[in-house]
Amino acid sequence: MVDRDGIAQPWGSRTPYGPGEPWPVRIDSHLADGVDAADVDRWVPTAAVLHSNGDGMELAVKDGRIVGVRGRAEDRVNHGRLDPKDLYGWQANASPDRLTTPLVRRDGRLVESTWDEAMGLVVKRTKELLEEQGPSAIGFHTSGQLFAEEYYTLAAIGHGALGTNHMDGNTRLCTATAAAALKETFGCDGQPASYTDIDHADAIALFGHNMAETQAVLWSRILDRLAGPEPPALLCVDPRRTPVAEAATVHLAPLPGTNLALMNGLLHEVVGNGWIDQDFLDRNTVGYQKLASMVADYPPERVAEICGVGADEIQAAARLVGQAKRLLCTVLQGFYQSHQASAASVQVNNLVLVRGMLGKPGCGVLQMNGQPTAENTRECGADGDLTGFRNWANDSHVAELAELWNLDQIQIPHYSPPTHLMQMLRYLENGSMRMWWVSATNPAVSLPELSRVRSILTQDRVFLVVQDCYLTETAELADVVLPAAMWGEKTGTFTNTDRTVHLSEKAVDPPGEARSDLEILLDYARRMDFRDKDGQPFPSWNDPESAFEAWKRASAGRPCDYTGLSYAKLRVHNGVQWPCNEENPDGTERLYTDGKFFAAPDYCENYGRDLVTGAPMEPTEYRAMNPDGKAMLKVAEYVPPHEPTGEDHPYALITGRTLYHFHTRTKTGRTPQLRDAAPEVWVEMSSADAERHGIAEGDLAEVTSPRGSVRARVRISGIREGVLFLPFHYGYWDTDDPTGSAGGRAANEVTVTDWDPVSKQPLFKTSAAAVTRVETVAGAAPAPTTTASAPNTADGIPPTEGGPAARTEEHATAGGNR
Amino acid sequence: MKLDLALRELHRSEKSLARDLLKMSDRHKVEHEVHHVARDLAGWSARHLHELATIGREYGLRLDDDPPSDTGPLHTLRGKVSELSGRRAEPGLLLLADLRRLHRKAAGVSLDWELLAQGAQGVKDENLLELAQRCHPQTLRQLKWANAMLKTLSPQVLAS
Repeated sequence: MVDRDGIAQPWGSRTPYGPGEPWPVRIDSHLADGVDAADVDRWVPTAAVLHSNGDGMELAVKDGRIVGVRGRAEDRVNHGRLDPKDLYGWQANASPDRLTTPLVRRDGRLVESTWDEAMGLVVKRTKELLEEQGPSAIGFHTSGQLFAEEYYTLAAIGHGALGTNHMDGNTRLCTATAAAALKETFGCDGQPASYTDIDHADAIALFGHNMAETQAVLWSRILDRLAGPEPPALLCVDPRRTPVAEAATVHLAPLPGTNLALMNGLLHEVVGNGWIDQDFLDRNTVGYQKLASMVADYPPERVAEICGVGADEIQAAARLVGQAKRLLCTVLQGFYQSHQASAASVQVNNLVLVRGMLGKPGCGVLQMNGQPTAENTRECGADGDLTGFRNWANDSHVAELAELWNLDQIQIPHYSPPTHLMQMLRYLENGSMRMWWVSATNPAVSLPELSRVRSILTQDRVFLVVQDCYLTETAELADVVLPAAMWGEKTGTFTNTDRTVHLSEKAVDPPGEARSDLEILLDYARRMDFRDKDGQPFPSWNDPESAFEAWKRASAGRPCDYTGLSYAKLRVHNGVQWPCNEENPDGTERLYTDGKFFAAPDYCENYGRDLVTGAPMEPTEYRAMNPDGKAMLKVAEYVPPHEPTGEDHPYALITGRTLYHFHTRTKTGRTPQLRDAAPEVWVEMSSADAERHGIAEGDLAEVTSPRGSVRARVRISGIREGVLFLPFHYGYWDTDDPTGSAGGRAANEVTVTDWDPVSKQPLFKTSAAAVTRVETVAGAAPAPTTTASAPNTADGIPPTEGGPAARTEEHATAGGNR
Repeated sequence: MKLDLALRELHRSEKSLARDLLKMSDRHKVEHEVHHVARDLAGWSARHLHELATIGREYGLRLDDDPPSDTGPLHTLRGKVSELSGRRAEPGLLLLADLRRLHRKAAGVSLDWELLAQGAQGVKDENLLELAQRCHPQTLRQLKWANAMLKTLSPQVLAS
């Protein structure tokens, strides 16, 4: 056994392994002070919910309270390991400021109420709006943190019972581009590769993906490969000096907003040097000629000038990916939240395809997710998709759904793509949508241009319902607040980035009158008295397991097939990759192993979009382009970012996350070890830029854009010159201004309202900003030293540590895992 | 030979399309996707204009090479009007009307490119044909964009 400080050593001890060997088990555990493993009453299986990695774990329960966690050795995702948020985040469940009763706004103030009164108001307003305008007056904004059963229920209520087109998740902010890129290339969502590909790859390319902080346990897997024999080569594309960049063989730090030019340049070299698998391309793809002629316009010299990286660096990166024998590519927010997000991410798919690196051990692409249950939002259809990866533009798919729900087909909107989050905000702004039901997310901190968001949500004509566990900044603005149970207090399933489905069991009771999101949604449905065509109550299910069984039926025959799973099966073997059905009873490790795609015109989830204009393709166009349902090589020309830097705003501002926090800190800010590891907002800048402004480490600075400003202390870090970084986690609930009406702390005060026309994902990484020094402050910035925010010089800067409160046990065992 | 006429007409219609795209971007500043994408698409038209001016010299034409301007008082004023009326429903109908007009205009430009390509083949001018083959697809994408935005945004405008 090894003791470690889980804050100071987030990736834990090394357990090296070589290519093709199983990743050794290492069981991490942390129990509340004074609790011994022998005291624990029960261990309750679940998986991690503060990132998308899906680490399998168990909650320790004693006397009806959660008292700790340990990793599950047999889980395919983590082989026992836990990251800092897994180890400590559970404490937020017992936070004393949990919401325990419904609240309603009376005389301008939120006051305690009852479920009857609160739900009565919601039902009354729904009925009024349906009468006055119809379902187009009502929209839903959900989360990446609920369970599959809850999303499916929400989709059935929104798209089915009410028939509104306005539904989206906060997945729009983190994984919309992953889904869009997969749809463009493969005709359908669905992660092609598997985490196990890390065990086999000889080259891993991470595009805008700071895996060390976003999926820390997966990064441990790579670190263990790097520490073993025949380690893989690493390519990192990131403007910050992240832990990934530190470990990389080649690190490219392009100017924000130029990813597509960079990718076109990489492909130029790969194609030009003949590092392609012509046989694979002929058999499995369409569009190679277009790709070759597009990338011909992007020689390294031209790309070097656009991206601000050396032509020789681009060539070195191209050699790394071009000569690899087993190439795994991963993509995340550095691409998804930046200019031309989808086109750049699609180009990563293209790289994998032209190299013929798909469907084999060590090969493929992981278009990652940000949030723990984002995959379920997408597959269940609670975001801008139809249930079961059905195609809104394919009438027979809509008919199938109508039959499943026993509703009229016209009841399910399919006249245009489902309304995305930012468009819903616009409908609230212009008054054409007047009720917005927000569940388990916090748009008053997470959306761009917060002064605009607040001004929209505080309009009298907007009826705002917020369903959450805490009084968030958004809940503060609500007309009705519904207290929700959280992870550990309810049962359900969720699916991680590599399609691994876990069952998460109820461990303890929710506080006060809080109810699970499923109960709340079904209560709404019953009070609205929704009925199907035969007059039966709709939705027809009434608890988690019956909701899961209903969702299985909705997924039958679709790529995300769950029909081979059940609660009973997951209780025996938790963590199975979909599709899991009769043909694949143990799940499916990799998609597309046989050159068969989900892209046939009659089966595909989407007909695709123009990668620059975002215009949806017509069914006939798709059929003509891809009659045999192959993978599609789609390309686009580089277009300069919409908000260029200039004299007044000379810096490219990017926002992002830190390892120790999740989303808007609702849980991690209530967890002492995590809160203290990154207690306050900071801004990162390069040494050269800091010197120019006469700014020293720890000084207070103001970052401004035409939208607003943020005051933050400066961390002088390894970020690229000309670029500023702000973490997006910090809002206002723990300040004297809990609604944030005065601004000044949240990164999104500064960000621009702009989104990728294809995926509709807001662009948090292409705003122009200025920085000025406010005052000298003694001491270091409140930024972690363990991560991408590490200082350039360690002099006088205390290292980030968790101390005794962060004590974590590691039990490494030799071999013996699956 | 009347190819110079076809070139001149295309240059005129392409310039008018570019202007409309920029105007559209300003007038609907609060519709962020329209605002940004219209500007990107105006960039395509500006490049087409430049290439037409260049090749026009071979046909004895002195076509204007300046990209349409997106600055000046009218630009600012349109943006302000859009922001001030952003809370109202009426600009929704205006947006649909503008998209409809844009669609028609892009269709006209598309036909002009088609005529140019046909003429280029008639006189066996490979450079001119290549230009038409390179630019015309972008016009078609502008056309489809106007159609798609109309299709996506109209249900809410009309139902509310």
